[in-house]
Amino acid sequence: MQQITLTLPMIPNMELTASKTAGALGEHIGMSRDKIDEVQMAVVEACINAFEHSDSDDREVQILLQVLGEEKDPQGLEIMIRDHGIGFSPEKVATKKGSASALPQKRGYGLMIIHGLMDEVDIRSDEEGTTVTMKKLR
Amino acid sequence: MTESLKLTVDDQRDGLAVIYTDGYINNQGGEEIAQVAYRLIDGGNKKLLLNLAKTKIVNSIGISILIEIIEKMMDIDGKLAFCSLTPTIEKTFNIMGLAQYAGIYADEESAIEGLQ
Repeated sequence: MQQITLTLPMIPNMELTASKTAGALGEHIGMSRDKIDEVQMAVVEACINAFEHSDSDDREVQILLQVLGEEKDPQGLEIMIRDHGIGFSPEKVATKKGSASALPQKRGYGLMIIHGLMDEVDIRSDEEGTTVTMKKLR
Repeated sequence: MTESLKLTVDDQRDGLAVIYTDGYINNQGGEEIAQVAYRLIDGGNKKLLLNLAKTKIVNSIGISILIEIIEKMMDIDGKLAFCSLTPTIEKTFNIMGLAQYAGIYADEESAIEGLQ
């Protein structure tokens, strides 16, 4: 299994470092350009959610990027993004939208984007932090 | 992928201005677009087109600022449209429901025709 680990400080534009790394790994396994773009956008959103909402003391995000499947036959990417912040209730914000007649609510829709762009998303959150695990098949 | 956003404006059309973006639209980039958009609105432009041909990533905070511009345009009975989006940005805008409130066009020519 091929994997990369990153620890990123929560400073502006650091989400692009994670996004570029995910893009390079996607290219390495022959993922299509559109799917790589979707992975990169989802990684940006997951990082920004941690930066903006985790309120963590260490101000760091841990990221694990893994190739799914065998080295000669990669199946896709799994990306785990972890913060040590205060946690949140995913059920309350996962599909946050305004009323049917209004524009979607501003802010807080990063998770909606992640769910829409990735094939599988799992969010575990408690008072010790939040882990977003997402998969994109090749 | 550039990290700072560059903006270019074509406001030589009657009441319609085109804003060209080049780079990442985050909170800072979104605010820069909003400042330019509001200046164009104050200058009498009731139709705005955002050409995103050179933008590969828009984050949710940037999108929230674009929504504020859409709301402003709705307040003045104006129109805002986007063109030349990457498939992923178009998909993201559809996920967010922006397509209900702003036109999305494949290219600048069809967008200008649609805004007339």
